Amino acid sequence: MATQVIMPKLSPTMEEGQLSRWLKKEGDKVSMGEPLAEIDTDKATMEMQALGNGVLRKILIQEGESAPLGQLIAIIGEPDEDISALTSQAPASAPAKADAPVAEKPAEQKESEEPKPAKPGEIEAPAGGNGRQAQAPVAQPTTGRLIVSPLAARMAAESGIDLRSVNGSGPGGRIIKRDVEGLLSQQQPTAPVGATKQTHLRAVGSPAQKSDIATASAYHDEPASEMRRTIAKRLVTSLGPVPHFFLTTEIEMDRAADMRSGINALDPELKISVNDIIIKVAAAALMQHPQVNASFQDKVVRYYEHADIGVAVAIEEGLITPIIRAADQKSLSEIAREVRELAGRARERKLKPEEYVGATFSISNLGMFGIDEFTAVINPPEGAIMAVGAMSPKPVVRDNEIVVRQMMRVTMSCDHRVIDGASGAKFLQTFKKILENPLFLVV
Amino acid sequence: MAIVTMREALNQAIREEMQRDENVFLMGEEVGAYQGAYKVTKGLLEELGPKRVIDSPITELGFAGLGVGAAMVGLRPIIEFMTFNFSILATDQIINSAAKMLYMSGGQFNIPIVFRGPGGSAFQVSSQHSQALESWFAYFPGLKVVMPSTPADAKGLLKSSVRDNDPVIFIEQERMYGSKGEVSDDPELTIPLGVADIKREGKDVTIVARSLMVPVALKAADLLEKDGVSCEVIDPRTIRPLDIKTIIESVKKTNRVVVAEESHPFCGVAAEIASEIMERAFDYLDAPVKRLSGADVPMPYAKNLEDAAIPNVDQLVAAVKEVAYIE
Amino acid sequence: MRKRTPEPTRVGAEDTSATGLMDQDSAEDADARLDPAEAEALKAAQKSRFAELDRATLQSIYRQMLLARRFEEKSAEAYSTGKIGGFCHLYIGQEAVAIGAISAIGKDDYVLTSYREHAHAIAKGMSPDSVMAELYGKAGGCSHGKGGSMHMFDKEVNFLGGHAIVGGQIPLATGVAFATKYKETDQVTLCFFGEAAVNQGAFHESLNMAQLWKLPCIYICENNQYGMGTSLERAMSLQDISQKACAYEIASEFVDGMDVLAVREATLRAVERARKNYLPTLLEVRTYRFMGHSMSDPGNYRTRAEIERHQERDPLKLYSASLKEEGVLSDSELQKIDDEVRAQVEQAVRFAEESPQPAPEELFTDIYADPIQANE
Repeated sequence: MATQVIMPKLSPTMEEGQLSRWLKKEGDKVSMGEPLAEIDTDKATMEMQALGNGVLRKILIQEGESAPLGQLIAIIGEPDEDISALTSQAPASAPAKADAPVAEKPAEQKESEEPKPAKPGEIEAPAGGNGRQAQAPVAQPTTGRLIVSPLAARMAAESGIDLRSVNGSGPGGRIIKRDVEGLLSQQQPTAPVGATKQTHLRAVGSPAQKSDIATASAYHDEPASEMRRTIAKRLVTSLGPVPHFFLTTEIEMDRAADMRSGINALDPELKISVNDIIIKVAAAALMQHPQVNASFQDKVVRYYEHADIGVAVAIEEGLITPIIRAADQKSLSEIAREVRELAGRARERKLKPEEYVGATFSISNLGMFGIDEFTAVINPPEGAIMAVGAMSPKPVVRDNEIVVRQMMRVTMSCDHRVIDGASGAKFLQTFKKILENPLFLVV
Repeated sequence: MAIVTMREALNQAIREEMQRDENVFLMGEEVGAYQGAYKVTKGLLEELGPKRVIDSPITELGFAGLGVGAAMVGLRPIIEFMTFNFSILATDQIINSAAKMLYMSGGQFNIPIVFRGPGGSAFQVSSQHSQALESWFAYFPGLKVVMPSTPADAKGLLKSSVRDNDPVIFIEQERMYGSKGEVSDDPELTIPLGVADIKREGKDVTIVARSLMVPVALKAADLLEKDGVSCEVIDPRTIRPLDIKTIIESVKKTNRVVVAEESHPFCGVAAEIASEIMERAFDYLDAPVKRLSGADVPMPYAKNLEDAAIPNVDQLVAAVKEVAYIE
Repeated sequence: MRKRTPEPTRVGAEDTSATGLMDQDSAEDADARLDPAEAEALKAAQKSRFAELDRATLQSIYRQMLLARRFEEKSAEAYSTGKIGGFCHLYIGQEAVAIGAISAIGKDDYVLTSYREHAHAIAKGMSPDSVMAELYGKAGGCSHGKGGSMHMFDKEVNFLGGHAIVGGQIPLATGVAFATKYKETDQVTLCFFGEAAVNQGAFHESLNMAQLWKLPCIYICENNQYGMGTSLERAMSLQDISQKACAYEIASEFVDGMDVLAVREATLRAVERARKNYLPTLLEVRTYRFMGHSMSDPGNYRTRAEIERHQERDPLKLYSASLKEEGVLSDSELQKIDDEVRAQVEQAVRFAEESPQPAPEELFTDIYADPIQANE
């Protein structure tokens, strides 16, 4: 039986594809899953894989030519098979139906519908091991079989990821560990998929219980507006998955430094650092600017109720960002103690995943290395990260006089999909105001 | 500690164990007056005398069975096969007698015997003299199968094998007799059977290799390090009972594994290891377990064909890259 | 090329080194029926043997033979009712060989044999209870039910097994003899096997080593004339088995296997050679099994008449007749022994019946003496 190769749907919005390059020529042997051609879609150049075994018998469109979705573009068959019936109908081929190589993402088809749990057996993707299956509701199953490595399947099941949204980078499109890791770094691991305007209540309106503070912040989702989604898409295609922009300001740290020495003089056991104060101030500022304490979730923008602040800690193998949960609710001394404890365990590589996955905002401080100013890369799906430079005495003008002040430069990297220039700037303004005058913390 | 060859390390092990225990004797073809076809038993006849170092006729079934019988009544024979190729003649006694005696007798007769000699691929000696037989022996409950890859392992494991109360198949790699390494001269230093050795630590890919494939794996790991792939090399050392725990722990860490072996792939030890990994660490695998086995053909004579039949460093590097999803 | 016409060739027996008293050269059956002159000669020889032995020994040999016979009759019954499974090779008709030979050695000496070994096991001193329980596959069996009919072992009485690969025990016995010489003891090893095992390489390899290294092993070929269903004539080019010893310069004898005392005497001579000079011997003991090869043997390869002819020289009948004739045992004493032996066998059956099945966990024991738990 000959296999008809049709122009596949390789992106959600693709209507036609341009054949950029044939990777096989007529007469070449091809096997299932082998790359056959490169197709330029409206978004990118994608590899098209063969869906049959045999010999590439006939190429029906040449490199540089375009074809609408579903049009027959080549035929794979046995070397001696009669394919004349197929070649004669080539240009008038009907759009692909069930055998479209890449199924549409179901959520986009069924946007308005409530998500439904999949019926058992409809998805052939292996379930996670150890009896732990994905608890998140999954949308309509596709007809295609997912090819997933056992490890990737388990990771996805444990973190509630819908594997159908993952592009496999392994052979034959196999979804492997690095694909899931890539997605995990973009997605709140415990987030249910597709919920709309639903508030996940966790101590809303009442002081957070300690036990709640230990867990990830509650949040509510608001539908991302069409404009927001367009901005997101456009920025992604121009700048990469997370469109960064950067805001820098210089902060006078004398009062903060005074406060620190004052507190530590009262109780040397506390060992408050300037960074602890920065965490506390950032949390306070985030509470005043919820649009910065947010993340872009494809179809929704997620606003967090608490400031779960990731603190970048350099360790031997790289870095890790343990999280101070609900830093807005915690006292400076609590923050200081927790940072010390988490950083210690981070260096011993003893952190549990929930202790470093799912911050709402991060702070990276390279001041101790004498760095004056730098930009940090956002840890998706967080909306922003603050890069803190060294505090150093500098001549500044105050009341028309040149005086020496402890100055520190911070640069905030913002995800433009959720934070615009002005909203980022306003947050930074508040941050600077409180840090320059820490009394605001208690006002 | 001294640097000695695998051959000398084995010689030390046999000499020390025979000096230690009067009940240990050595029998095989050319082990005495000829000094050993591969010189492993050099000097032992002069030192220990003809009662304990016995040149046998070419009669593998006969002297293998004789050894098992002697072991039934308290001796601890070391039976040398000039090469394991000839053990094929003796398999009735190894499998039907040695392996099963304890069980058939309801625990009354254990068989403390070592069948040892060179095995695996040799240099251009063609099909009947160049083959890996460990999967045959490892198939049978009742046998223990040991394959050292370094002089130190060879000595420590052979000493343990002689002291063990069960039949041990001890396969020395014919090409590796001249390989050198540090070996302790402490006569009480043994290496326990059934314990794998991590020859190199790594985090990205586990390579399980035994015998001749261990140096191949270490070389491949060096090359891969330059490409940023960190390989963990595990030498099970004892094929049966297999220290699967150490392998599984490594796979859980690296998520990817290549099993390299000289032997034929079909029903081979690598197939068994792959199956164990699938059963015990399925959810940790990020790629299918990859086997790199000897060619599924009788060993050819011609140098180029022989080279092509034995897994090499390049093939192992490629196999590792395949499971690591590296182009 | 000219096709060779098969001819039944027999190598002449006149130059045999055996001291055989039977005619092995008669064309069709070299077996049972004796001409009157020979029968007279046999009787005379037997008489002189009786004279040399004390009453207790003669009686004990009879009791052993009868026990083996009754034990196997009972085994056949239990097999037919499904109490015994697998293979069950009966020894009925051959008792004079095992009992005669084993009566010539001591407790410290070793015995190894094939899978037709119930009688050897009992003769070497194993309890009929543990042998029967082993046949039943029960925990009380000598091998806890793991060995079965073909694998009786008892370390206590130096009975080193029933081995079920034809000829497999011959190198083993050679090794046991090697060990006794190595340890410089005066123990001897008896190795029993059927004539079909003589065609195996293991036989030839062993005899070569035994004479080469002067090992105190006595190889006893129980020539019952059939390897399963194939007669000796159809399977062996040189059928005079005792002659095979010439190839290895081993001493050998041809023995009437229906005469228990003849077997005993030949064995005694071999034992002396072994104990004094560490020398091996090959005995060819001509015998006949009255039953099939195993319980599942249809027996269509030999005639009823042939079997009946041999049964005229049933070793038990011959021996009991002599015992009476020589005035060693009376009819009533013979009957008394039979009653006692039957009771002993009944007891063995009871023991086997009552013995529990092996515990399920026994499946995984006795695989290694030094188990290594690496594979958990």
